[in-house]
Amino acid sequence: MPIHLTLLLAETADAPAVASTGAGSLIAALTIFVLAVIVGVEVITKIPPTLHTPLMSGSNAISGITVVGALLAAGAEHFDFAKFLGLMAVILATVNVVGGFMVTHRMLGKFQRRD
Amino acid sequence: MNRTWIDLAYLVAAVLFIFGLKGLTRPRTAVRGNLTGACAMLLAVIVTLFDQQVLTFGTILTGIVIGGAIGALFATRVKMEQMPEMVALFNGFGGVASTLVAGAEFLRTDDATTDVAIATAASGLIGTVTLSGSLVAFAKLAEFKFMKKVKPLPMSNIVNGVLGLVALLLCGLLVANPATDTYYWLIVLVALGLGYSLTIAIGGADMPVVIALLNSYSGLAAAATGFVLQNNVLIISGSLVGASGIILTMIMCDAMNRSLPAVLFGTLGPSADTKSADEVYTNVKSTSAEEVAMLLDVARRVVIVPGYGMAVAQAQHSVRDLANLLMERGMEVEFGIHPVAGRMPGHMNVLLAEADIPYDLLKEMDDINSTMEQTDVCIVIGANDTVNPDARTNPNSPIAGMPIINVDKARTSVVIKRSLSPGFAGIPNPLFSADNALMLFGDGKDAVTDIITAIKEG
Repeated sequence: MPIHLTLLLAETADAPAVASTGAGSLIAALTIFVLAVIVGVEVITKIPPTLHTPLMSGSNAISGITVVGALLAAGAEHFDFAKFLGLMAVILATVNVVGGFMVTHRMLGKFQRRD
Repeated sequence: MNRTWIDLAYLVAAVLFIFGLKGLTRPRTAVRGNLTGACAMLLAVIVTLFDQQVLTFGTILTGIVIGGAIGALFATRVKMEQMPEMVALFNGFGGVASTLVAGAEFLRTDDATTDVAIATAASGLIGTVTLSGSLVAFAKLAEFKFMKKVKPLPMSNIVNGVLGLVALLLCGLLVANPATDTYYWLIVLVALGLGYSLTIAIGGADMPVVIALLNSYSGLAAAATGFVLQNNVLIISGSLVGASGIILTMIMCDAMNRSLPAVLFGTLGPSADTKSADEVYTNVKSTSAEEVAMLLDVARRVVIVPGYGMAVAQAQHSVRDLANLLMERGMEVEFGIHPVAGRMPGHMNVLLAEADIPYDLLKEMDDINSTMEQTDVCIVIGANDTVNPDARTNPNSPIAGMPIINVDKARTSVVIKRSLSPGFAGIPNPLFSADNALMLFGDGKDAVTDIITAIKEG
């Protein structure tokens, strides 16, 4: 696990420079993808069944990270169809993010008593 | 803000997401882990607003206020029994948001490279399948009345195959003609149908698999959108979620001893060699709350095995009262949780935790099975297929090989159930007719309350 993490960090830090060159960007992005999946598998197999529901709602909130892309689309200067799609995506992704993190917090609160 | 600083902030956010998930490995650190994830999201959103592409803020603010209000409303109002349908719905929102973002980006660029076109096609396909699949799962889990009238498609595997091939063909056309937007929306259209046809035939006991798989898709859609935008924080977070969903999917499949393709494309029904209910239920002994109270009076170790029926009857608070009463009298009480009990991974644990049952009493299947022979009374409430000994003993049973909680090995088992009707698998359960089993017919909550009253009076 520490080895995976180090690799991932090194790769991510280098990636913006690689991405801007264009040619190697797909490979760089794939590298990050694969390493992140490995980190994900390592971390998530250690999560006990007791916490699987909070894991699902919490990871669901994390998948709302697409809001970052939505903001870029919705923040365009002229209002056109692309910007409209961006607005819709901001709304839906924010429901996901806010709802997901809040409900996970609420659920985890119930696991805290008599600790 | 400079591009480099934004990317460095995204890197920090990605690392915080990983540590946030790591926090979920223990109940003690889980709250902090979730907050870490939320902070990472906030950081990612704030630095994005400094991006040079973001020129106006009115639309963004509108979107965040509306989305945030809806999300907060859901999160505070939803009951714990309704968690599966809420997660299903949110999976769909995440998926379609990724599709919309990829679509918006595709509309704005006329000269997408092959790499970007592939990623765009993937995002449109996965995100939209997630949307329609999740909406079907949501409607099924919420048990909307109109879902009962909806029939599975005839020849559903052929329909799935054709729709899948058409979708892949359209993806190919999009990559070959990246300047044409039409193909993208055609992919979205076909994917809507594909998500529907893939999910509509799946039901009942397989819901935990479907919901975990859709969870994975929502992450993969975000990762694909990350490839479109060449944005690392989307790729990393999306693949973490994708990995999480896939792991849960595999855990659920293992817990049912079925392969993923069998769940998605197969059917489960009584085979020719299955005995009928009349042949199995020859020795059913009905009992009363008073008799159960007497049994419990002399018991030392009691195991409670809950299933989805407990959630339906809202019996978890009464079950907590019963467990507390027994423990006050010096008895050892534990709960045996089957991985697929309930409608989503970990569902039973959340319901019992909500009822203030300490999580260290909640035992996994293997742990509880190793103590079953030393258990005086095992109370089954609202579970059926997950305690069916046929899975262990009858190789011809449709559920043969599925790991079960060995309730039949306890000295006495008490099954609280409304009737002898079968569970999701549609097969009779020999446990109900076993020599050491007693049936307590009735509503789960009322039955447990009656037992508590009988113990206090006795």
